[in-house]
Amino acid sequence: MSNTQTLREWLLTETPTSRRHAKISAFYHGWLTLRSNTMAMIGLGILVLMLFVAAAAPLLAPHDPFTQDLGNRLAPLWSDGHVFGTDSLGRDILSRLIYGTRITLYIVTLVTLIAPVAGLLVGTVSGYVGGWTDTVLMRITDIFLAFPRLVLALAFVAALGAGIENAVIAISLTAWPPYARIARAETLTIRSSDYISAIKLQGAGPIRIITKHIWPLCISSLIVRVTLDMAGIILTAAGLGFLGLGAQPPSPEWGAMISEGRRFILDHWWVATVPGLAIFTVSLAFNLLGDGLRDVLDPKAGD
Amino acid sequence: MALTNESNEERPMRALFIDRIWPTLKVVISTIGSIAVTMLGLLFITFIIGRVMPIDPVLAIVGERASQAQYDEVYQQLGLDRPVIVQFLFYIWDVLHLDFGISVLNARPVSEDIARVFPATLELATIGIIIGIVTGVPLGVLAAVNKGTWIDQIARLVALIGYSMPIFWLGLIGLLVFYGILGWVGGPGRVGIFYVDVVPSVTGLILVDALLDGNWDVFKSAFSHIVLPASLLGYYSLAYISRMTRSFMLEQLSAEYVTTARVKGMSEWNVVWKHAFKNIRVQLITVIALSYAGLLEGSVLTEIIFSWPGIGSYITTALLSADMNAVLGGTVVVGLIFILLNVLSDMLYKIFDPRAK
Amino acid sequence: MNVFNRLLTSVAIGAAVSMSSMAAYAETPANMLVIANRIDDIITIDPAESFEFAGSDVSRNVYQRLVYLDPMDLEAGYKPALAESWEVSEDGKTITFIMREGITFESGNPVRAEDAAFSLQRAVILNKTPSFILGQFGFTPENAAEMIKADGNKLTITTDKKYATSFILNCLTATIGAIVDKETVMANEVDGDMGNTWLKTNTAGSGPYKLDSWKPNDSVTMSLNPNYTGDKPAMERVIVRHVTESASQRLLLERGDIDIARNLNPEDIAGVTAAGGVKVEDELKGHLMYLALNGKHPVLSKPEVRQAFKYLVDYEGMQNSFLNGQYTTHQNFLPATYLGASTEKPFSLNIEKAKELLAEAGVEGLEIEAGVREAQERIEIAQSMQNTLAQVGIKLNITVGTAKQILGRYRARELDMYVGIWGPDYPDPQTNAGTFAYNPDNSDEANATGLLAWRTGWEVSPGMNAAVEAAVTEGDRDTRIQMYQDIQKEFRDTSPFIVMFQRIEQSAMRENVMNFSTGQAVTNAAYWPVTK
Repeated sequence: MSNTQTLREWLLTETPTSRRHAKISAFYHGWLTLRSNTMAMIGLGILVLMLFVAAAAPLLAPHDPFTQDLGNRLAPLWSDGHVFGTDSLGRDILSRLIYGTRITLYIVTLVTLIAPVAGLLVGTVSGYVGGWTDTVLMRITDIFLAFPRLVLALAFVAALGAGIENAVIAISLTAWPPYARIARAETLTIRSSDYISAIKLQGAGPIRIITKHIWPLCISSLIVRVTLDMAGIILTAAGLGFLGLGAQPPSPEWGAMISEGRRFILDHWWVATVPGLAIFTVSLAFNLLGDGLRDVLDPKAGD
Repeated sequence: MALTNESNEERPMRALFIDRIWPTLKVVISTIGSIAVTMLGLLFITFIIGRVMPIDPVLAIVGERASQAQYDEVYQQLGLDRPVIVQFLFYIWDVLHLDFGISVLNARPVSEDIARVFPATLELATIGIIIGIVTGVPLGVLAAVNKGTWIDQIARLVALIGYSMPIFWLGLIGLLVFYGILGWVGGPGRVGIFYVDVVPSVTGLILVDALLDGNWDVFKSAFSHIVLPASLLGYYSLAYISRMTRSFMLEQLSAEYVTTARVKGMSEWNVVWKHAFKNIRVQLITVIALSYAGLLEGSVLTEIIFSWPGIGSYITTALLSADMNAVLGGTVVVGLIFILLNVLSDMLYKIFDPRAK
Repeated sequence: MNVFNRLLTSVAIGAAVSMSSMAAYAETPANMLVIANRIDDIITIDPAESFEFAGSDVSRNVYQRLVYLDPMDLEAGYKPALAESWEVSEDGKTITFIMREGITFESGNPVRAEDAAFSLQRAVILNKTPSFILGQFGFTPENAAEMIKADGNKLTITTDKKYATSFILNCLTATIGAIVDKETVMANEVDGDMGNTWLKTNTAGSGPYKLDSWKPNDSVTMSLNPNYTGDKPAMERVIVRHVTESASQRLLLERGDIDIARNLNPEDIAGVTAAGGVKVEDELKGHLMYLALNGKHPVLSKPEVRQAFKYLVDYEGMQNSFLNGQYTTHQNFLPATYLGASTEKPFSLNIEKAKELLAEAGVEGLEIEAGVREAQERIEIAQSMQNTLAQVGIKLNITVGTAKQILGRYRARELDMYVGIWGPDYPDPQTNAGTFAYNPDNSDEANATGLLAWRTGWEVSPGMNAAVEAAVTEGDRDTRIQMYQDIQKEFRDTSPFIVMFQRIEQSAMRENVMNFSTGQAVTNAAYWPVTK
């Protein structure tokens, strides 16, 4: 029988043969649910496309994003050789947009590496250890949560100095508390489970329990939250860029491009509009995907 | 008789106290405690930020042409030569007295400046949240009732677009289209320029002041100026409010009592509004409070685009010109309101929502 | 659920209708002048302390000075104002001013010689940033009472040595020369501050206007000074509103919500001209856009490298593109229209020549950092430099920061290259010569942060230092002009400063606005002659 079983059947089996099989099967079920969600798939498609564009930027970009041509500045849409026109220094907007995807991805990746990990660490330790540690850590989390985020990020960037890395740090510093809360809540439910008690009896230490057994279980709710937060992160980064506190020139960061282009908004509206649409598209894609993922991974929160 | 009477009366009183008042009181006390601790943390962070800012506050005062002697004099005036910990203690002491120091940029007390700019933000955020509630709640209910249909999908899309739009960009485009091209709304600023200072400032809220003064021209001008930025902010809270309303409503609509009501033949309108909606009001209020707090601080970029003289643009300008007292003062005030709204909504929830106990 | 749909639709339509009913074209009242400008630089309006452009605009319209510059006739130079006439002593060190009679302050108090003496003494004693302008004559907080004296209706000032009279009088036209009402100011004195705190936000002048309110980053409102003794200005109220964005200013102007927009960028100037109903007036200002190369940098301090950089600026390209109409190429430290200003322009973009010079100096693989403040045109200039420098193999990293951040590093001599703007402080050549071409002690200990030459670490030759000192005391006009011409020539050849452009201010205004002047290169905006 197993010889004739198709891959699909194997994945959809009701009777998994191993733990790994069960995991893969569950994942596949999730994927099927997600796939039926058109909007989430659109979001995913846009993000995959963006990854591709970022990877193949040198091949796709028709021009060098930094080459200036003062004689051909502010060229309109669809003009010769410049589909999206040129900016104030005569640089090709399309090429800058294409290279800009790399910066956006860079920001997103860095924040994803910093904020949720920090939140996970604080949250699980707080939840697992409990007592005073919990009180102190959660109080700190509350303080950060109670802070107006953009204002805090602004203040941090002002303190650290403008620049893309500092913007990332500032955003991460304001983004971790929700993750800590989620991770703590998950840890509290897991901690008292029989499963953990059983492992404890086998002699596992707290570090091992947290890293090997609690972290993996927190991941799925964190992923949903991260995906949903991505849009906010991109918008905050763009906002900082817009205020001149993010990426430095001549970097083609989208927020900075809007900031440069807003001076011409009346007569050369595309200079600011095109990067604005790019930001919108990518953050919408993250939101669509996040919304879909939530339905799959965390049905309670969605409906 | 008298004795038994008294004890009879006393028992329900005590019971009332233990059952109802004491838990509420406990919540209130712990809330005040947590506000105090959080505020202290907030002050600590703002102070640290103020200390490590690479912008030189002395230079902000003396300007480009100053000589070194003039520089040193101001350095001492600002107390920057004292130990950091002493400066922090002084700082807390001052804040407790609502004294945020003198703005190094315009020589006025920061508290006065904040009192002047804050109503502008309050007015903007309030109109914004009203727009958000009026549109977001019905949209959320609509989506929940029509779960899974195209109406739900559109509501979802409307909300997600709201989450995804860079507000400074939408503001620019909105200003261009509705003010520049169509001329439907007023331009940047709170009120037409020549209406500035026409009505006496009683509340600081121009719309209210104009009404108090009975000056319709000013009211119309102020209204036409606030419509666009408030709608933008409203859209953002709409996104959040409608999503949350939807999910609260779905929870209620799947509850047993709704099915029972339907079976009993109650009209759909009554089921939705008289029963389900009634039950989500407390949850909704907390969501709105959070959303409102978000608007108060989220108006930073909007205020910049619309030259809105509120606390957001106040903090940003102060930040860019190294006016440390103003930045810290502004942040503390926004933070305090943020904390209060957060905590109050939390408290409200704990007191009124039976399930939260 | 149709109910909701209908409800939403009607709300939307209702909102649209009510909004469009307000779309009427606005017009400012006939006796009111409404200006959009960036006024976030105002820190104080005390004339003894105020040193910013927007603040000087206020001061010029609120205070009168001993001598003034007539906005309708700026070429004429200083004219008598509160001083009716003056006499210079034989040794050239004492000037005696005769005060005009019958002029009053906004409080109704008469303007006396005593007020004039008090105002100048006060500026010296308070010792705020702009006090150096008066300090040049040897006035110090200690000797101010002796050197500046009132006697009846005469004011006598005595300088430490002989200076060109025109130099002294030119300095007195600056903001710091404003005459304040002694009685009112001293009545508001707190802790011996000579009314400094009060004057930061209030005015006590004899000018055409008085200040109604100044809301930082928001607006300045002025109205007629009821006790003004000159001709009554046509504009009874002046509102200057802070609008940051050029696009916003343009929309306000096109819709008739304001009379004058002062910060339109070249693109919006072009757009607004095409729209009709609006005119644009150009005025050459005194601001110079320059690059400074750090003299402490081992490579940048080489004479050939300095020369090479002067050939690496795309003067023409920038002037004709993003600076179009608002900056004109100018390569000397004295702004055009100043006494003795040179109009020589020997440099243009020449990659080959620059390569030769760099090869001579043996430069290879140079990487430098430029500090630029957060202002779009400067960022673009820096990017253009980045572009041309890359063509000769020099890598330029741009650090953008707030004005205060970048300025702080410039003053600490940390930047390799600084993109800056310098505006003259008073309409005399000494104002720029004394900062660009004068640096008697280049050591770090000297800490002469007020001097541009010191900031950029330039060891000015003893000859040039002496020439600058000599030129300011020279009484003969033609000799003085020649002296400045010589200094400028040497400066072009050897200095680490690359002066690139001089600013042209383009004010866009409704067609009916007449006689508005921003004060050209020598002074600030005047509102009292304006009519509509």
